[in-house]
Amino acid sequence: MRVVIAEDLFLLRDGLTRMLQAHGLQIAAAVDNGADLLAAVTADQPDVAIVDVRLPPTFTDEGIRAALAARREVPGLPVLVLSQYVEQLYARELLASGSGGIGYLLKDRVFDSGQFVDAVRRVAAGGTAMDPEVIARLLARNTGDGTLAALSPREREVLALMAEGRSNAAIAQRLVITERAVAKHTASIFLKLDLQPSDDDNRRVLAVLAYLGG
Amino acid sequence: MAVLTSPRRARPRFGPQAGLVAATRGVAFAALMAAGIGLLILLVAAVFLIALGAGILFVGSGGPHEERVLLAFLAIGTGLSLIRFALPATLLGTRRLARLTRQLAGDWCGVPIAERYAPPPAGKLTYTERLRWLATDPVTRRDLRWTAANLLACALAAAPAAIIATGLIEFIGPEFTRLIPPPAFPGNTPRTLVVLGLAITSVGVLAAPALLRAYGLVARSILAPGGEAELELRVQQLTETRTEALDTGAAEIRRIERDLHDGAQARLVAMGMTLDAAGQIIDSNPDAARALVLEARDASVKALAELRALVRGIHPPVLADRGLADAIRALALDASARISLASDLNGRPPAPVESAAYFAVCELLANVSKHAEARQTWVDIRHTDGMLRVGVTDNGHGGAEPARGTGLRGIERRLAAFDGVLAISSPPGGPTAVTMEVPCALSSPKTSSC
Repeated sequence: MRVVIAEDLFLLRDGLTRMLQAHGLQIAAAVDNGADLLAAVTADQPDVAIVDVRLPPTFTDEGIRAALAARREVPGLPVLVLSQYVEQLYARELLASGSGGIGYLLKDRVFDSGQFVDAVRRVAAGGTAMDPEVIARLLARNTGDGTLAALSPREREVLALMAEGRSNAAIAQRLVITERAVAKHTASIFLKLDLQPSDDDNRRVLAVLAYLGG
Repeated sequence: MAVLTSPRRARPRFGPQAGLVAATRGVAFAALMAAGIGLLILLVAAVFLIALGAGILFVGSGGPHEERVLLAFLAIGTGLSLIRFALPATLLGTRRLARLTRQLAGDWCGVPIAERYAPPPAGKLTYTERLRWLATDPVTRRDLRWTAANLLACALAAAPAAIIATGLIEFIGPEFTRLIPPPAFPGNTPRTLVVLGLAITSVGVLAAPALLRAYGLVARSILAPGGEAELELRVQQLTETRTEALDTGAAEIRRIERDLHDGAQARLVAMGMTLDAAGQIIDSNPDAARALVLEARDASVKALAELRALVRGIHPPVLADRGLADAIRALALDASARISLASDLNGRPPAPVESAAYFAVCELLANVSKHAEARQTWVDIRHTDGMLRVGVTDNGHGGAEPARGTGLRGIERRLAAFDGVLAISSPPGGPTAVTMEVPCALSSPKTSSC
């Protein structure tokens, strides 16, 4: 799998490169600004781009804008955005930029390289990887009006993991239950929230995020 | 408190419609003038009563002595109580009228007039403190002077309406109703009367905009700030707000230092020690070393989370990235309450103003969720005439009092550093509307670089 990295801090760029290489991913290009990112994604046609939110010259939300621009340039390009902080506002903008192939994670998540590479692969495959903090805030926001009150605590856990973009297998592994049990929980969640069930993992994620107002 | 610059409004246009509008506005100004004179008469009456009482007491003659004294004390007592109760009300009333005149002079006459009152002292005011605050403000004298001068000046504003009324009623009126006798002069045939009436009316209509503007100019010559006393007051006010701003800034830096020291810094020290311990046992007990390394990793995650929270409290990244409207939008997305946002900003206020406005809105929204039990909150951000206006309105149960909580006072103090003001309306039963105004210019919107 070929990856393009856009990260302006040398230490982090270097660390990311080595970590991904150690997991058998190939780094097509590692750049330090938005313009170079655009050039790299058009020239190298990577499977996924990993982009830091803060990039020169403005050091504001350059990375988000570069990611959106890259997806306009190369439609369907999977992009994983990394940030020191997460905002639902940015999560929405990224999700609105096309269906699937979007990741938005805190930089801290690279500490667990197994999980992180898993997220990279998921995004590259057209899936979604939303940071648990974004999901936690979405859930917190939705608990106020009682729509989630019908869910059991376990179902809420499953819902959160599902919203992050994890597959049934990954949820099962995380919660140490069988995949069949996960499937039962998801069916129940979809029934209680009155959502159309779907076998397609990504469509399922997007439905849940849309339901939560993400 | 202060509006220093205001873009010049368009000059009045001429024409029948503009003329009629101007004449109507002139009448409205006359009504304001009458209200002001009414307030003055109240004061004059009080002074007159006291003088009368004194006169009866000392120089009066006739009638039995006891009755005279009784009458004198009655007059003096009435005068004094009138002053006691009516003086602050009169001063505040003239102030309201003068403020309205300043605003309307800008809106209607095209003559914006700057306004600069001394801010009320902090805390709940006693009667004398309140009176001193009102009476020592040089602008109060200016307002009183205007209320008196307005009696003459208002002729300018009211003249067009009077001329139009004369033309219509005196000259054209008699042709259509028998109740009004036609004016008596040689050659007052119906035709001449109608022609004359039309001519007079159109003179009134045509002259109205110019006369209204002239009235505005006269008002400005009296109501606009100037003079040494006001400058002194302004300097004093600036000194106070500057000291407060510096104090707040210093306190904030101390808080950040403490948070860093107790939080992230302490965690980093602990992490270093954990990693050192792991290094010492890595050969003898790799499993325990691995557990320590994982512990250090978790500590780093916590340190990062604390730093994120700290940064959010200093200057939220999304505010730096996207500006006020999007930062509040992000806030609304995280809140469990229903918050809708309307903004017409196309540019960004200076960073300190932006930050002050953002944290003020944060605090107000927190107040709403803590106290108001509102179903919906509206945030409205606008920038007009060199003034940033942010309104936060909720449909909760109202009854918010700035005097009770320190929160609103704090916001007020922070806004004062930018000559900003805060107004609150919160009747029991709601709704609560808080409006903040800060004079500032917008920088042009940042252009995307990719």
